[in-house]
Amino acid sequence: MRPRAPLVADSQAAPIDPSFPASASELTSDQQLAAYRTMVLARVIDERCLMLQRQGRIGFYVPMQGQEAAQVGAALALQPDDWIFPAYRELGVALVRGVPLRALLDQFLGNARDVLKGRQMPNHYGYREHNFVVASSPIGTQISQAVGAAMAARRRGDRIVTMAFFGDGATSSNDFHAGLNFAGVFRTATIFFCQNNQWAISLPRERQTRSRTLAEKAAAYGMPGVLVDGNDLGAVHRAVAAARRRGLAGDGPTLIEASVYRFGPHSTSDDPHRYRADAEVAEAKQRDPVHRLKTALIGAGVWDEARDQALWSETRSEFARTLESAEGTPPLPPSSFLDDVFSVPTPRLEEERARFDAEVREGVVKP
Amino acid sequence: MTELTLVQAINRGLHQAMKEDEDVIVLGEDVGVNGGVFRATEGLYKEFGGDRVIDTPLSETGIVGTAIGMALYGLKPVAEIQFLDFIYPAFDQIVSELAKFRYRSGGQYPCHVVIRSPYGGGIKGGLYHSQSTEAFFCHTPGLKVVIPSTPADAKGLLLSAIHDDDPVMFLEPKRIYRSVTGEVPEGDHRVPFGHARLVREGSDVSLFAYGAMIPLAETAAEALAQDGISAEVIDLRTLVPLDEAAIVASVERTGRAVIVHEAVRTAGFGAEIAAVLSEKAFYSLKAPIARVTGYDTPFPYALEHLYLPTAETIAHAARSTVRAG
Repeated sequence: MRPRAPLVADSQAAPIDPSFPASASELTSDQQLAAYRTMVLARVIDERCLMLQRQGRIGFYVPMQGQEAAQVGAALALQPDDWIFPAYRELGVALVRGVPLRALLDQFLGNARDVLKGRQMPNHYGYREHNFVVASSPIGTQISQAVGAAMAARRRGDRIVTMAFFGDGATSSNDFHAGLNFAGVFRTATIFFCQNNQWAISLPRERQTRSRTLAEKAAAYGMPGVLVDGNDLGAVHRAVAAARRRGLAGDGPTLIEASVYRFGPHSTSDDPHRYRADAEVAEAKQRDPVHRLKTALIGAGVWDEARDQALWSETRSEFARTLESAEGTPPLPPSSFLDDVFSVPTPRLEEERARFDAEVREGVVKP
Repeated sequence: MTELTLVQAINRGLHQAMKEDEDVIVLGEDVGVNGGVFRATEGLYKEFGGDRVIDTPLSETGIVGTAIGMALYGLKPVAEIQFLDFIYPAFDQIVSELAKFRYRSGGQYPCHVVIRSPYGGGIKGGLYHSQSTEAFFCHTPGLKVVIPSTPADAKGLLLSAIHDDDPVMFLEPKRIYRSVTGEVPEGDHRVPFGHARLVREGSDVSLFAYGAMIPLAETAAEALAQDGISAEVIDLRTLVPLDEAAIVASVERTGRAVIVHEAVRTAGFGAEIAAVLSEKAFYSLKAPIARVTGYDTPFPYALEHLYLPTAETIAHAARSTVRAG
């Protein structure tokens, strides 16, 4: 077991590049309370879905516990017209975007109401109406796509930013380099938001790169890099809001490293006890972003324990009700897996559909 | 109608599309100021400017990744990969992303990118400027794969590709960029996908080919005619979607099939055509199906003339097929 990774201790956005504007908007008490409710919902979904996977009720799950403040704080700094290019761990972002719990559960179950029509593993979702682009499993590919969308938005005259979400592992990918390089060259209004959760499956952050921070990689691409305490909702929000203003002002892209810790496994297919010490996780959980925000809200006099207990209880009830309804939804039509390959099916696909339908009719294939 | 080379016809097609639709964007290495290493994008930068004809850094994954982002947002990017041999850094973006966006989003995110890329041998390009790897893309659901063999088709298929709703791999047989000329219709000339071209009618044997193999197949058919063998030549034009009906109908007429491509033989596209014929035209076949292809070796430099199919090797295979039954 390696020694515990150093985490950012202060709660300020720390510009690696001094040209980055440090001060930015503050969240009001009401906004912080709303953010807290979203973070609690994310935590409840995460805890419950890990259990659902263990019970065999969903096939797979990618938890995000420990990254609630980073995701919610970042998403709150965006506008609805801004485009998000997520990885598969962005539950908090999806919730801020207004993706309903029911839609997420439909996707996890792959039922007839799943907007993605059961095509993808749980967590690999996307919702066009929320400008939340559909995720994939390959690491980092969304980064250069976010740059292209920003180029297109500029060409259309739309005053928006695009934001790519990815983890520490993705900073080693081809598309991290390609995407940041293109963004620097074309000065696109793109925010690269790296949630450094210290672990890429079993590989610790310090084996991912010899670089002192991930944020400092920005310098090579001619953009500011910012290191922020990802457990601090306000600090993340300030950093992203400032990056968004830079983008809209025509000053180009920003790389933000939000330092967090992945409390759970990489996914339900992974056992983190094989590669990291329980003590490290316990230590990281002392900086739990949900607990931290709760303490701050109580300290500010806008929240109390009684309301907090009620919120957790209501949120768990809401989850249970929604799950019951989602689990009662019929499965997808059998031949629907043949749809959406092309805008119009090719003759080959039509032939394959006819064969499939015949085999279902004849009982050769049993849906 | 104007007499043009194949590469000039591609240039006219790009020009036509960019003139008619401001959403059409060209991007790639050396496509702007330089006009492309094969001159396919010549003049576009001057006419449409650097915002629409974009010289990119040297990164194929960056080119295709950004093109995907543009397409998701609603533009119609036409990305150039300078040689098909250099497309592999973008393979993840093409196979995992571009081809699957519509499907994986349940139809929410169509992703219409055209990727143009010169391919094929016969130009003394060696290992890395000669390969024909169209089968990789045919094996990836969600991609259309288009290969013109005449200037008119080059323009017409390219304009269809740019106005299509799906990702298109537009593979250009660079060996005949300038050696083939032909009349090309003016304006918005479009050739629909999925319709093979009957190049030459015949009754004894069908020669199926595409790209730079078409002129060789035509020469072979001429030679066969001298021997009293009537060869039909079919240009597939689009491998996905494939005009199976035309392939089957041709063999129902001739009873014999010779499939020609310069790609490696094993798991080459010819295997797919042979399989279609054995499934759907088996009882029309009078003789075993023959394939004339590149060898199962990397592409050789000094001896490429021995590696590639020629009119002679095609005619030889056709004669053997006719003698067989």
